[in-house]
Amino acid sequence: MNNIASYTLPIIIMLILIFGYSKKVPVFDAFISGCKDGMNSTISIAPSLIGLITSVSMLKASGALDIFSSAISPFTNMLGIPAEVIPLAILRPISGSGSIALLNGILSDVGVDSFAGRVASVMMSATETTFYTVTVYFGAVGIKNTRHTIPSALIADISGFFLSVLVVMLLFGV
Amino acid sequence: MLNYIWGALMIISIICGFVTGRTKELADSIFSGAQESVELVISLFGMMCFWTGFMKIAELGGLTSALSKIFSPILQRLFPEYKSNSKAISAICMNVTANLLGLGNAATPMGIMAMKEMQKKNIKKDTANNSMAMFVVINTASIQLIPTFMAILRQKHGSREPFDVLPAIWIVSIISLIIGITVAKILEKRGKKIE
Repeated sequence: MNNIASYTLPIIIMLILIFGYSKKVPVFDAFISGCKDGMNSTISIAPSLIGLITSVSMLKASGALDIFSSAISPFTNMLGIPAEVIPLAILRPISGSGSIALLNGILSDVGVDSFAGRVASVMMSATETTFYTVTVYFGAVGIKNTRHTIPSALIADISGFFLSVLVVMLLFGV
Repeated sequence: MLNYIWGALMIISIICGFVTGRTKELADSIFSGAQESVELVISLFGMMCFWTGFMKIAELGGLTSALSKIFSPILQRLFPEYKSNSKAISAICMNVTANLLGLGNAATPMGIMAMKEMQKKNIKKDTANNSMAMFVVINTASIQLIPTFMAILRQKHGSREPFDVLPAIWIVSIISLIIGITVAKILEKRGKKIE
């Protein structure tokens, strides 16, 4: 499995280049223009990351996060869920940069290749900032009554949360 | 919403720090947190730019529109109200494909175009129809072939194999997408009965 993973990126890069040449794309020019888009979007998330990572760091230093984790640990221990990922599960549908800040904290505290680190990574990637998406798409056409959209999306998010724990447990062990 | 959450997090931290007596740590964390966030942005910067640059090559080569033709038959079934509306269906397909390839910048304008096309045939203009709700539910489930951001972040934190969570991410995304679609289908029928 690990071997397949390290082949992934080089192979994708080769395929994209071959695809680009076959379609007569000026590959370097295209790369430069895409790179600029990437710069803009990275810079544009910087302010919210500065605000949110600082607040998460304060939350950890003050002991508030520890108090919260130990308060919910009887519940999470029973289900076999690492307590560290609960704040991430709560914030994930609400704020993208907020969950990046929390995830960054989890990865540096408990280790990236630990059980909780892997669960947090899967949870982050397999779900989306639900409330933001709903606001952007329905807001664009002026729809106020979204009917069953939010319940359906949130049920999918909650399932994704429990599935992350389950699948990581099955594939990597605790 | 974040206006309340962000401020509340800081106020809770400050009060909690005073109560637990960890004032020194709290004050230090403000400096270290702000510094750490800039370090994070800088360490992500190179690879984020490199990857969006590469995906631009794929985009200009027409990968999005080529792949979206493959998904078109499947997606048409999910949007019965717009089966014959090729403009709406093609915008939907392009949006789903762009999401799959992780082209967030391209996916959102496509998605908004799809919503505008669907709105044209929507009877109650302030209320979502079944297809619109389904479309947004699909967009709230993250389906991404290569979650680059996650791999970069894991690499930065010293993961032995940053891509090893890839299969787990795929499995969880697909199952939760199926759950989202199924729940939306069930709830849309229930909604009709109430009306």
